[in-house]
Amino acid sequence: MGKVIVVTSGKGGVGKTTSTAALGAALAQRGDKVVVVDFDVGLRNLDLVMGAERRVVYDLVNVIQGDAKLPQALIRDKRVESLFLLPASQTRDKDNLTPEGVERVIGELKEHFDWIICDSPAGIERGATLAMRHADIAVVVTNPEVSSVRDSDRIIGLLDSKTVKAESGERMEKHLLLTRYDAVRAERGDMLKVDDVLEILSIPLLGIIPESMDVLKASNIGAPVTVADSRSAPALAYFDAARRLAGEILPITVPGDKRSGGLLSKIFSRRAA
Amino acid sequence: MKMVSVLTDARSIRIKGRSFLAVVLSPDLPLDHWLTRLDDLAARSAGFFFGRPVVLDVTDLPVNRDELKGLVAALAERNVSIMGIEGARPSLIGPGMPPALKGGRPASDVDVANSAPSIEVRTPDSPAEASDAPMVEVSGEVRSTPQSLIIREPVRSGQSVIFTEGDVTVIGSVASGAEIIAGGSVHIYGTLRGRAMAGAIGNSSAQIFCRKLEAELLAIDGVYKMADDMAPDLRGQSVQLWLDGDAIMAEKLS
Repeated sequence: MGKVIVVTSGKGGVGKTTSTAALGAALAQRGDKVVVVDFDVGLRNLDLVMGAERRVVYDLVNVIQGDAKLPQALIRDKRVESLFLLPASQTRDKDNLTPEGVERVIGELKEHFDWIICDSPAGIERGATLAMRHADIAVVVTNPEVSSVRDSDRIIGLLDSKTVKAESGERMEKHLLLTRYDAVRAERGDMLKVDDVLEILSIPLLGIIPESMDVLKASNIGAPVTVADSRSAPALAYFDAARRLAGEILPITVPGDKRSGGLLSKIFSRRAA
Repeated sequence: MKMVSVLTDARSIRIKGRSFLAVVLSPDLPLDHWLTRLDDLAARSAGFFFGRPVVLDVTDLPVNRDELKGLVAALAERNVSIMGIEGARPSLIGPGMPPALKGGRPASDVDVANSAPSIEVRTPDSPAEASDAPMVEVSGEVRSTPQSLIIREPVRSGQSVIFTEGDVTVIGSVASGAEIIAGGSVHIYGTLRGRAMAGAIGNSSAQIFCRKLEAELLAIDGVYKMADDMAPDLRGQSVQLWLDGDAIMAEKLS
């Protein structure tokens, strides 16, 4: 049986879709069979980031309403052959997602895939709660700034109360993925530091993704960043995060945090002092 | 010139919580059958619901807004006035309907005395009669020993811990946007970033303790203090707070 991961955050624009695509591709590049599912009905994005927007015929809502069979809606990635996409509908709204329908689709996907990665919409409404409902593992995507951290805290509270796991008395496995991290700005105090975020959220850290032009570049060519440029700093961070999800124990590295001190960081630390 | 309004009265407004024992009715479908059974109960104990706070629990009851409105009206006809509706989706509650209630805690059951059926089944117009003959007694006794609630994980933003029976202890932090409301004292073994209200149902000897103070609001026995009113040197410190008359006092814990 496959494992269901929800990628969630509460706040919008922190990198849920980017992280879903990158983690999904990274796990598939290891040889696992992966499906990424877009739960953002009405505002779908995952198809663009995966470069599959012109191949969408049927979507999640069609499958839930019985208009299409699951295999008809699944889109196989052209670069990584064990990676699939189940797109969201752009023309419907979130009321078309029913709890029973979602449960059935997730159950069916679990039989065929090693990993089912659900890209949650922002917010704490129906779409977000349905995306997290059947998850085994939650990846909480957070930017190092106060509003994102507080929204993530709210989502963690919901993960511990509104999911099938929580309701059956089990503990939901939760991981923090800190995205858009800039060590220099954190050092200057423009951003929260890793330790501050961890102290507030108190869940284990899955990885730190550095702020990078490579992420935007990858989105624009329609490829997960781990596929677009597998040697780039964010790609390497996502590969490590994927290995940790799969159970490997790796030391966490803070990107750009060279203790020896580059020229730039020396200038900034002097200025801060 | 800038006008400055002068505070004429330095007394602060006290906000208190109070809990009441209400009877909870949980209807089931079909509603007309349930109402018949309710009439049957009313026939056996006249005036049972008279002047009594009644909460309607509609959790898992598949009704729409009109049906719920009809039910409230049908109950009003029987002199059952609903003070609140529990477990209803917000869309079910319209204007003119009782407010939605949440956070109710179970109490001991209410026994309906089996009085002999009388001819005058309902006594809507004679309140004296109804109160003269109390038909109900609450079984079980109200606990008087102090209780305590211990939470071993962080209290997250948006969560609200309400425990009016006694002390609340949190082993972890209380996030910004979270709140702890305790009848007794509040103890936070972590950072208090949200709100803490001690002695919430009237207890001036209740205290608040926290390992690191970053609170948005503190209240003891209805006297409250906002973040801006707190002495800046207490921020980030281990602090205990207590009530002295109408003022919240604070002191660093060494």
